[in-house]
Amino acid sequence: MMLPDPAATGLARVRKIEGDALGLRTPAFAPTEGAGDLLEVSLGPHHPSTHGVFRMDVVLDGERIVRLKPVFGYLHRNHEKLGEATSYLGSMPYTDRLDYLNSMTNNWAYALAVEKLAGIPVTERAEYVRVVLAELSRLLNHTCLAGFLMQDCGCSGTPLMYAFREREKILDLFESLSGSRMMCNVQRFGGCRVDPSAEWLAATRRLVDGYGAFLDEFEALLSGNEIVMARTQGVGRLPAALAVNAGITGPMLRASGVGHDLRKVDGYGVYPRFNFRVPIGRDGDVYDRYMVRMLEMRESIAILDQALRDLPGGPILDPKAKQRGLRPKAGEAYGRIEGPKGEIGFFLVSDGTGNPTRYRVRAPSFVNLTVLEDLCLGHTVADAVIILGSIDIVLGEVDR
Amino acid sequence: MLGKGLLQGLAVTAKNLVGSYHDPARYVTQEYPEVPPKLPEAYRNFPFLVSETADDPMGTLRCVACQICEKECPPQCIYIEKSKDKKPDATGKPQIYPAVFAIDTAVCMSCQICVEVCPFDAIKMDQEFAIAATDRFGGLLLNREQLAKPNAYYHQIHPTEAAEVDARLAAERRAAEEKARLAAAAKAAPKAAAPASAAMSPTRTAPAPTAAVPPPAPPPSSP
Repeated sequence: MMLPDPAATGLARVRKIEGDALGLRTPAFAPTEGAGDLLEVSLGPHHPSTHGVFRMDVVLDGERIVRLKPVFGYLHRNHEKLGEATSYLGSMPYTDRLDYLNSMTNNWAYALAVEKLAGIPVTERAEYVRVVLAELSRLLNHTCLAGFLMQDCGCSGTPLMYAFREREKILDLFESLSGSRMMCNVQRFGGCRVDPSAEWLAATRRLVDGYGAFLDEFEALLSGNEIVMARTQGVGRLPAALAVNAGITGPMLRASGVGHDLRKVDGYGVYPRFNFRVPIGRDGDVYDRYMVRMLEMRESIAILDQALRDLPGGPILDPKAKQRGLRPKAGEAYGRIEGPKGEIGFFLVSDGTGNPTRYRVRAPSFVNLTVLEDLCLGHTVADAVIILGSIDIVLGEVDR
Repeated sequence: MLGKGLLQGLAVTAKNLVGSYHDPARYVTQEYPEVPPKLPEAYRNFPFLVSETADDPMGTLRCVACQICEKECPPQCIYIEKSKDKKPDATGKPQIYPAVFAIDTAVCMSCQICVEVCPFDAIKMDQEFAIAATDRFGGLLLNREQLAKPNAYYHQIHPTEAAEVDARLAAERRAAEEKARLAAAAKAAPKAAAPASAAMSPTRTAPAPTAAVPPPAPPPSSP
């Protein structure tokens, strides 16, 4: 695995207040062989903590989990096969519906794959607008995730409502730009469908300038909270070796201390022009996964700051770039970007016709979900709920 | 100190509670059914067909039944049948018109691709979001009479975009008339004038993605 040099990328370590130092300690679990009967419980698919229609078949020894089987596919929509029957342009709105919180990054990853396949250059302004939209999407996703995670912890309402209040502001921006709050469908091959106006950019600037204050408030509410620390520290540890071997990406991988971020590794788009750090965790527990996302949002604000400052003029979309009736030469391409949940990639194989012969989505939530059992073993059912929450899944993307 | 974080958090919630009564930025409640929401101009939901006038919507549809949107629609929710005869369009040129134009709004995902690929600015996005029907099939399947809305309505919901479209169409019309006038002047020459529709694409300057689309071939004359 190619890893960036930490010195070169300026990795930022999670600053962590040790719960242990405050006298908070999660009791160690010792499995008791044959001490009693095992109990099998089906959690989900219609359980609020499963973030959609997802089911966990857990086998319990008392309160502790000894086996866990994730069951998914309830939301299967045949996305990949549809992609093979749909034109290249026609698949774009379908990608909105994968990870429906982050249609901006889904669009970008798909556009990147098609641009690679057909060799379409992207306009300079569009590259910056893509960065702005992707980082706004990251803010939105991580804010929501923190809110949901606290909801899973049993903190019913307050953090989630604060998170949704901020999310609403970003969604308003998305809506006024693209016409839709969540199904934005803005990217096109070679640029973006819409050109942000000066008013939109000013509104974005105001949001970005105010977001740091919200994060301060949110962190004052949660990051040092003793109950949050007691619930999340030491829970659902993901060792770095397992994370790398299982193909985990995104904040979950970085929380385990592996500094792998496609924005640094691939340097796609215009990311190499921006100065930002990649936060990494130490223990890979739920708290680190929460904290890494909090720090990532700070870096996103820094990127947004620079992108909005340097946003060049010029066309947003080359009028000669072909959208309808695109027939790339036979070949294959894989476009991947660092989505808020991890590496979102599209693999396309063209045989020279108007539809791809193979259309494959590398969905980060799906891959990240594969280690759920490893994370949950030995923990209680209540912990399994927050571990699942910290993985950050969206079933639209897992089931496709 | 144990409990410091909790107290800090309680201070945040207390501040927010007070703020929610005194800070106008936090009055976020919208009285929706009584007060209709203020939608952004770009907001889109379900397409409609643009007609030039409100008096005779079926006679002045811009749609010439070229069926590009039907072909490009990702969920295939558009159904078009071409007319057998021709009717004069806004410029007086005889055109094929859609004898049947239906959109199944139960299938439509409001992706706007039909709008982007339409070379005639004939289909645009509506802002109607409160659609309800008692019948799942017939009630949500909109025919051309239900889809047709006048250009004035388009100006009302998307003023900037509609002004751009009108300016572009007017420029195209002027160019076509100019070309027709020149062709008439040069009538003596045996070469026939190019069809007026060929003048459509070069005048396009807006960065709409449809600009990449070549102008459609003139519709084949009915047998």
